[in-house]
Amino acid sequence: MASVPEELAYSAEHEWVAGDPDAGAVVTVGITSHAAQALGDIVYVEAPSVGDTVTAGEVCGELESTKAVSELYSPVSGTVTAVNEGLTSSPETINSDAYGDGWIFKVELSETADDLLDAEAYVATLA
Amino acid sequence: MTDALQRSPLHDEHVAHGATLVPFAGWEMPVRYSGDLAEHTAVRTAAGLFDLSHMGEISVRGADAAAFLEHALVGRLSAVKLWGAKYTMMCTPEGGVIDDLIVYRRDLDHFVIVANASNHATVIGELRERRNSFDVGIEDLSVETALIAVQGPAAERIVARMCHRGDDDIRAMRYYTFANIVLDGGIHAVAARTGYTGEDGLELFVSADDAAAVWRLALAQGEGDGLIPCGLAARDSLRLEAGMPLYGQELTRDTTPYEAGLGRIVVLGTAERPRGDFVGRDALVRAKADGPRKVLVGLAGEGRRAARAGYPVVDEDGAEVGRVTSGAPSPTLGHPIAMAYVPPALAEPGTTVAIDVRGRREPMTVVALPFYTRAS
Repeated sequence: MASVPEELAYSAEHEWVAGDPDAGAVVTVGITSHAAQALGDIVYVEAPSVGDTVTAGEVCGELESTKAVSELYSPVSGTVTAVNEGLTSSPETINSDAYGDGWIFKVELSETADDLLDAEAYVATLA
Repeated sequence: MTDALQRSPLHDEHVAHGATLVPFAGWEMPVRYSGDLAEHTAVRTAAGLFDLSHMGEISVRGADAAAFLEHALVGRLSAVKLWGAKYTMMCTPEGGVIDDLIVYRRDLDHFVIVANASNHATVIGELRERRNSFDVGIEDLSVETALIAVQGPAAERIVARMCHRGDDDIRAMRYYTFANIVLDGGIHAVAARTGYTGEDGLELFVSADDAAAVWRLALAQGEGDGLIPCGLAARDSLRLEAGMPLYGQELTRDTTPYEAGLGRIVVLGTAERPRGDFVGRDALVRAKADGPRKVLVGLAGEGRRAARAGYPVVDEDGAEVGRVTSGAPSPTLGHPIAMAYVPPALAEPGTTVAIDVRGRREPMTVVALPFYTRAS
């Protein structure tokens, strides 16, 4: 069973969100280790760019593994303020450290993110 | 379809090793153990262990066995030497590929055919259909047979160490030959120097009852050489790098062996060396004379986004001119590779084509197959 840290919030599309969910705050987004395991070894990440507007539940990039390609959804709405440049040369970091160095982008929230799941509710979606 | 999936005799070993199991051609098989890249790399640099028990094994035996196979399949099977193997195909009367097969000759009147899991029942049905008055018995050995492959540069010495007293001469076995061997613990096996990875390797046919013991023996004897268990994902990326076709992707009933670049395995016969009629012959004679409508090519990309099976090959106006049959980021080469059918005019190596990768055109260059050849 992949880990699901208690302190994070989650989307049903297997993204995690770290940080205060209020409008105006900046949160960090990545994919869960469950999603990373299901994808297999990730070899390419197409993340949104700094300044892009992202919308909760909509596609904002893609993740490519040796076996498959998967769309990356934004779990929150707002403006992208940072992108993890380290993933360009080492996309496999998402597999090895999904909740740490494998973060994908940061968003300044345009609205409060109140549709996210807590760890327990996210685990329930995996059953 | 709610039919229960068939389980390999190694199912419990896979579960115990933490493999991720997926449905594949009616079987529940491991897609990966540790990780696709680690497994792929182990086969290229050391050794990998594969469970291929889902493959179909079919015995064809009787006074007319060789003549029957020459009628039912496209190759000259009567010319296969004892303890030799041959890559061949079964075609429809229209010349389309029903399955690609390896035929092993155990005796003058006895052959064993290995078919893809997805086509196993079809191949047996067609063989029975094509038997007519030939004096042969056709027997399905799939349930009682487990197939375990050891593939990679260390495969030879690992299998040699697995042998009882180490006295079986695995090293003397040449590519596409096979032999009866006795493994540690007195387990009887048939070892074939065949594979689907582009590396040297051996495939071990054993009784399903012995499968777990042989699997553990391979792990124990291979550990020091870096052998790890590998799943279907690594098998697929390895065969793609080696330019080997996969049934359902490169090979279909709408494809002739000529279009797939495998015309060499179709033996039509010559005035000096005639051969009898076979199913699909007339259509294949015409297909060869007319030339291919489409050609299987290798494609190499410079970007990071890989073309995947089913993606369209498009011309400058965005119109579809071909289709990708397999594609992935190549773990060994570090760039995307793919196989695709394109019109003959676009098949010359060096030609640039574009693939529609989820709405964006990615340029790829036609290259000669295979993408990867092991150092000899």
